[in-house]
Amino acid sequence: MKKLLFVTTTIVAVAIALPIACSKDVKGRTDDLPALQPAKTDIEGGTWKPVLLAAANEFSVPVPSATTTPDYIAQINEIKTWQADLTSDEKAIVKYWSAGAILRWNEILRELVAKHNLPPYQNADGTYPAPNANNPLAYPFFPFANPPYAARAYAYVSAAQYDALVAAWHYKKLYNRQAPYKVDATVQVLVPQTDLPSYPSEDAVVVGAAVEMLKLLFPGDQDFIQGKAEEHKRARLIAGANVRSDIEAGEALGKAVAQKFVTRARGDRAGTAGGNATLWKKLETDCEARGEKPWYSLETPKRPPMLPVFGVVKPFLFDSLTAVSLRPGPPPLTGSEKMKHETNEIYEYVNNPTRERLRIVHFWADGAGTYTPPGHWDAIAAEDFITKNYSEIRWARNMALLNMSLMDAAIVCWDTKYYYFNPRPTQLDPKIKTLTGIPNFPAYISGHSTFSGAAAAILSHLVPERASAYQAMASEASMSRMYGGIHYRADCEVGLEVGKKIGNYAAERAKTDGAGN
Amino acid sequence: MKCTIPNQLIQRILFAVCCLVLLREQAAAQTEIDGIMMAKNKFCLGPVYSYSSWTDYWEGKMKRDNENLGRVSTQMAAIMGNYGITDKLNVLFSLPYVSTKASAGTLHGMNGIQDFSLWVKWMPIEQKIGKGDFSAYAIGGYSLPASNYAADFLPLSIGLRSRNLSLRAMADYQLGWFYVTGSATYVVRSNISIDRSAYYTTEMHYTNKVDMPDAASFNFRTGYRQGNLVAEAIIDNWTTLGGFDITRNNMPFPSNKMNATRVGANVKYEIAQLRGLSLIGGGNYTIAGRNMGQATTVYGGIFYILDFAASRKTTTSPKKN
Repeated sequence: MKKLLFVTTTIVAVAIALPIACSKDVKGRTDDLPALQPAKTDIEGGTWKPVLLAAANEFSVPVPSATTTPDYIAQINEIKTWQADLTSDEKAIVKYWSAGAILRWNEILRELVAKHNLPPYQNADGTYPAPNANNPLAYPFFPFANPPYAARAYAYVSAAQYDALVAAWHYKKLYNRQAPYKVDATVQVLVPQTDLPSYPSEDAVVVGAAVEMLKLLFPGDQDFIQGKAEEHKRARLIAGANVRSDIEAGEALGKAVAQKFVTRARGDRAGTAGGNATLWKKLETDCEARGEKPWYSLETPKRPPMLPVFGVVKPFLFDSLTAVSLRPGPPPLTGSEKMKHETNEIYEYVNNPTRERLRIVHFWADGAGTYTPPGHWDAIAAEDFITKNYSEIRWARNMALLNMSLMDAAIVCWDTKYYYFNPRPTQLDPKIKTLTGIPNFPAYISGHSTFSGAAAAILSHLVPERASAYQAMASEASMSRMYGGIHYRADCEVGLEVGKKIGNYAAERAKTDGAGN
Repeated sequence: MKCTIPNQLIQRILFAVCCLVLLREQAAAQTEIDGIMMAKNKFCLGPVYSYSSWTDYWEGKMKRDNENLGRVSTQMAAIMGNYGITDKLNVLFSLPYVSTKASAGTLHGMNGIQDFSLWVKWMPIEQKIGKGDFSAYAIGGYSLPASNYAADFLPLSIGLRSRNLSLRAMADYQLGWFYVTGSATYVVRSNISIDRSAYYTTEMHYTNKVDMPDAASFNFRTGYRQGNLVAEAIIDNWTTLGGFDITRNNMPFPSNKMNATRVGANVKYEIAQLRGLSLIGGGNYTIAGRNMGQATTVYGGIFYILDFAASRKTTTSPKKN
């Protein structure tokens, strides 16, 4: 019995020790970033060309109180009180947010998209419920952040933040109120010092713009969003980087500018992009009238097509007529030898999957439950921008250029998809089983290819030394859809070309927006 | 002359690989689970085949089916072996080939060699208690992927890719022809890498590394064990210690909280006319679960004992006649 006791004790001891001994902490790539230390302040940023603002001073910002006033001194004392007794949690939030306001809010937005990128479950009668913006917390939760929805969300948040920062830079230069640690040398500073005037706070501008836009885009996640916003503003006070009036003025400015974007978003036709049963039927009959095989949903029960009218949403980089002019010529006819050949090519890919091709399919899949292809390109861009030590306004400008490209790519791509209403490979050959989920919309042209072509074009302009890497990534993302069995070669090749044209509109804008490179 | 491999390995593998739907918890879980040891210098080796399938699964705690998957099935063919280093110390291994398929929808099945597993089984205690025979065991196991398969394609991926370290304590009591065996296992699972560079669980992760929660498993079996026949009923439970639920209409993910309770029966028969040859077979059914399929599994196998020593008894403990 003694032996039994010994054996048991040993086993229990090892069982307890094992999990403790094997630490499994998984760190994210951006968890431990150093603080952003811009290489230049871009002090002339107030002269850069905004997206929607008529002028940098369209919204007024009150003259700040002088640094000698009792009001200002009281605000300095608030910082000192925070700093007198810093907890490790407080130091952690300073570290987190100091990596960059645009970066962190872009990551938060990607998180919201991934959380909400789930197609609703069907009703008992085989129809599908539609999410309701006015009741976002009831199933199906609002929004279903599918790729077009996500592309639009990234674009609006980025563009609103950029315009708000253009306005902020204008007032920073105009009022030229220095950071609290420059006014009072006894204020500690927990982030890199800068010569950039601190009124209004650029961080609070970014917060205000994001919060205001996200009320519209993710109305059911307000507790999460407001929590992040409060933490971000507090981090700036704790860090000694801003006094409270810097924060308040910045947040108010961010919200005011974002309101302009909210108004645009309410009228940009995205709200009716889902169409209705009559329209869905018409897409099918119109296609048949052209003598072509129409697309149908490969889900059971058949799901209505994803956002069939997204193609008429108002673009950012060009007008709607230009968007239509960017629609490419038709895919191979569904009955043609060419289409048969392209279908056979896909059958060969899915039946001979190599591990490397499967890796590529899954790396770029960005399907349900992910931040979508636009989010993937934001992640790629962000990780390069981190190395560039941009000012917040340049971060915002570059993210806005990228995300406006991605949204406009979604518009042109969706217009094309529903104009031709072309079937997926598996519809033409049911033997084609896919290595990732088949998206619930027509094949031609590939969304991944259009997004990737657009992203690679604008990013190649912004970070020219990475141009060949971006082109290689775009090609791989495009090919991944063939390897996965969900697109033909024509979808991918034409998608890349169309995307590139759209990205070039952003590059042209970038050449003349006053920011230089 | 019994071959010990079947129950144990099969249990483990079936449990691990085949039955669990969404959950292909790697085998490490059910290592050998029976109170039988190979005698010194004997090597028991053989193929095992299993078929497991489900139509219903638990999305979190909610049971549902999925017309875009239909019936998800897993076939496994494995080679398993057990070598007696001494009468009280055995080494066991298994190497399965796994193939998956969905009967509906468009997703492509996967196939490939899954995880190589190795166990050391030690019987430190063997004594009479009352009128019966009591024996106690400690079993340590390790498993790791034997090919570069993709874990992040559930429910069709063939495994979860974590390297598992398992530690099991087991006790067996035999009274006449009847016996009971109970065991408890703790499984330490390593992080895995997936092909994506970011993923969402209950929050965003900007990494391709996935923290796999550890797991615990309990197994209880009872039945008849005499001469050349073993017949038993089992109930077991696998509980993931952590992890998260599949959200509504989402895909499963390797670090989901996968739990299952299963009942089943096993038979092992040694062919008297063919010395050293035994047949095994059985099945089980998942009666409760979370983030896994409600699987039904059947399996069968043939084992042959190679004798590397002078002729001697083939198996030991607990006291067979």
